[in-house]
Amino acid sequence: MSYPQPHPRFSVLSSSSLTSLDHLSPASSSTRFSLPAAPSINTTLATPRPGVRPNVYDRNLNKTRAAEVSASAFAFLFSEVVQYTQKRVSGIADLERRLNTLGYRVGVRVVELMSWRNESSSKTPKREIRFLPALMSIHTHVWRTVFGKPADAIEKSVENPDEYMIIDNDPPITRNVSVPRDMSQLSCSSFTAGIVEAVLDGLGFPARVTAHNTPTDAFPNRTTILIKLDKAVLEREEALKT
Amino acid sequence: MTIFGLWVINKAGGLVYQRNFGDGLPSQTSNEYLVLAGTLHGIHAITSRLSPTGSGSGAQVIEGESFKMTIFLTPTGTKFVLLTSPIEPTAETVLQKVYEIYADAVMKNPFHTPEMPIRSEAFDTRIAALIK
Repeated sequence: MSYPQPHPRFSVLSSSSLTSLDHLSPASSSTRFSLPAAPSINTTLATPRPGVRPNVYDRNLNKTRAAEVSASAFAFLFSEVVQYTQKRVSGIADLERRLNTLGYRVGVRVVELMSWRNESSSKTPKREIRFLPALMSIHTHVWRTVFGKPADAIEKSVENPDEYMIIDNDPPITRNVSVPRDMSQLSCSSFTAGIVEAVLDGLGFPARVTAHNTPTDAFPNRTTILIKLDKAVLEREEALKT
Repeated sequence: MTIFGLWVINKAGGLVYQRNFGDGLPSQTSNEYLVLAGTLHGIHAITSRLSPTGSGSGAQVIEGESFKMTIFLTPTGTKFVLLTSPIEPTAETVLQKVYEIYADAVMKNPFHTPEMPIRSEAFDTRIAALIK
């Protein structure tokens, strides 16, 4: 994490009070990931007794590769997430920032899981070091892992060279969300933006990622995930070119 | 074979959604609709206790000379009421689909407060698509 500004992404509860130094100190790591305090993460327990459900940490990560979760159950969970968050914020910007923070916590795990699976399944596992292939892999692989389908388009901003967009015509997580008119600026896909931001951070492309509603007649839920890259990334891309 | 209107009544008897289709029904003020819904709620509560074999589901169909009222009660006490012409064989299936849309577009929407009037664009559009 070499970017200069303090990055308040890891703590949902108090982001403003954190300094960048806090992130690196191991003492704060418990607030980052909030591991359950109690039952053991016991890796020596290789063969669990019959009838006892294995600890979630002992399960094979590859078994759930093709598993699906109920979209309805997730929709209710996400609805509660938004309601919970909305009770604790003062405005739309604040709400989006908190959803982004929650998504960031998901994205950190997504990037780790994907690179782990990539390593075990491929003979020549590859880590993207250039931005465009990384963006392509987010558009295809991250989307498929998280949402079960690739995103619909990637665009590059005409005006700003540091801006890229991932477009989803019908984001599954906001399919049932109907934002009231007085909050029309709000995009609950900020959660997705947080996931993208974490993945980009994890791959070494620090960026600010935001979500915007860009409805069309055919796709009223169309959403644009806007990626604004850190200056350092553009400089490195330029240096790698030669 | 016409659908005139759809009401959604919450478990307390309040009208949370009301919409007319076509112009088969004489228009009423919103207050009159609230009174109608409240009355229907009361009638329904009484009919559900009339059953000779313990408590039943209550009135399901109320028929008039020129219209039919089909009532669908969910396990949570929300009532969907469809006003149709007397011969409307699809009323029950339409109500099932309305319930499905309600579950998707209203109950999964984080900006909906339970038991409060339904203000969801998605619900409106999907209902309009279902009942043309």
